[in-house]
Amino acid sequence: MDLLLLFIGAVLVNNVVLTRFLGICPFLGVSKRVETALGMGMAVTFVMTLASIISYMVYEWILKPADITYLYTIAFILVIASLVQLVEMIIQKTSPTLYQALGVYLPLITTNCAVLGIAVINMQAEYSLIKSIINGFGTAVGFTLAIVILAGIRERTDYNKIPKSFEGYPIVLITAGLMAIAFLGFYGLIK
Amino acid sequence: MDIKSILFPALSIGGLGLLFGFGLGIASKIFSVKANPLIEQVKEVLPGANCGGCGYAGCEAFAKAVVEGKAPINGCPVGGAKTTEAIAKILGVESTESVKKVAFVKCNGTCEKAKEKYIYDGVKDCVQAAALQGKGSKGCEYGCLGLGTCVSACPFNAIKIVDGVAVVDEDLCTGCGQCVAACPKNLIELVPYDSPIRVRCNSLDKGKAVKVNCEVGCIGCRLCAKVCPKDAIVIENNLAKINYDTCVNCKACVKKCPTQAIVNLKEQL
Repeated sequence: MDLLLLFIGAVLVNNVVLTRFLGICPFLGVSKRVETALGMGMAVTFVMTLASIISYMVYEWILKPADITYLYTIAFILVIASLVQLVEMIIQKTSPTLYQALGVYLPLITTNCAVLGIAVINMQAEYSLIKSIINGFGTAVGFTLAIVILAGIRERTDYNKIPKSFEGYPIVLITAGLMAIAFLGFYGLIK
Repeated sequence: MDIKSILFPALSIGGLGLLFGFGLGIASKIFSVKANPLIEQVKEVLPGANCGGCGYAGCEAFAKAVVEGKAPINGCPVGGAKTTEAIAKILGVESTESVKKVAFVKCNGTCEKAKEKYIYDGVKDCVQAAALQGKGSKGCEYGCLGLGTCVSACPFNAIKIVDGVAVVDEDLCTGCGQCVAACPKNLIELVPYDSPIRVRCNSLDKGKAVKVNCEVGCIGCRLCAKVCPKDAIVIENNLAKINYDTCVNCKACVKKCPTQAIVNLKEQL
């Protein structure tokens, strides 16, 4: 039950993009089409879940025993960067079209603060391995949910008449803001 | 100072880095994507100006398209025959001769020969000027405004404004077509370099209207079409047009044209 609550909390209540404001760069950058947004979401899910596991192991088994926990930022970034490289290779091999569509945002997952953010939050909340995985996976699902919804809205607003001064990113930012307000409604879901 | 406090962190982080690096090395072997080495070779022989004259995003995109068979090997207008030959050699196909094409400005209405409707003192940009009342200050609405939008579009410095009309230096021109796209009057055309006999007018007006505005415009009198031994000239919409495939450069039309709208560029330059 605890784990389910943690999962729902990570997806909806503490949505990484809309309430924590982490990972905004790909959220705005790759949300032009639903398919690429979904691809980005998958890539982030893969990286984030694995990063949660490996950074937990690195933290608990290497940094803590050696008493060098102050090096966690470097260690986590190392983990994330390697994972992103791996994901990049896999995507390039399996889906060249997705590779093309994601473009520069794929290597930029490395600097996606959401991924590092979750690793750090896991560490600070002193989650167990299972909890870290659930939290990482849930957060990534929340990211995917948010980016796919935004992409769906953007596909529609493309055909709408938008005042000149709001065209492009301004309307996207307003949309994202409204989505954040809507997600605030989940606040009372878990007490 | 305790040496351990440096050695431990350095070793553990370094060890982690080595471990991940090793893992990635293995992964790159498993997930390696074979890039076609031909693409790199073709890119080497291309001019590398990334001008986009071929219709692709740049030299790399063109090289990829050529190797995949999507683009013709003579698709690079800048490199010309030399590049085509080099690409043909790499890909092992017969070279198809590509004719060198150059840009040609179909207007000779210089400051003395063409009338102005009003004095234009605005932004030095043809697109801006052409959007104004009467499509620019020139009496003839088809003519060159001479504000140099094509000059700034040309990546090879091959266009100059001479006496208020753009003139292409055909030896510098590579036929990339940037100026063709830039001209708001659509009066630049890609023509074969080897055909110096050209109609230097773009006016679709009737003869009298042309005469009023410009001394050297084509009035559509059909004398050139009659005198041409190969029937290479046709008059469409009051404007003479030379078919460069059948033209034999006999210059009969140049002598006959009453307004000197047909010119022999070899002689003039």
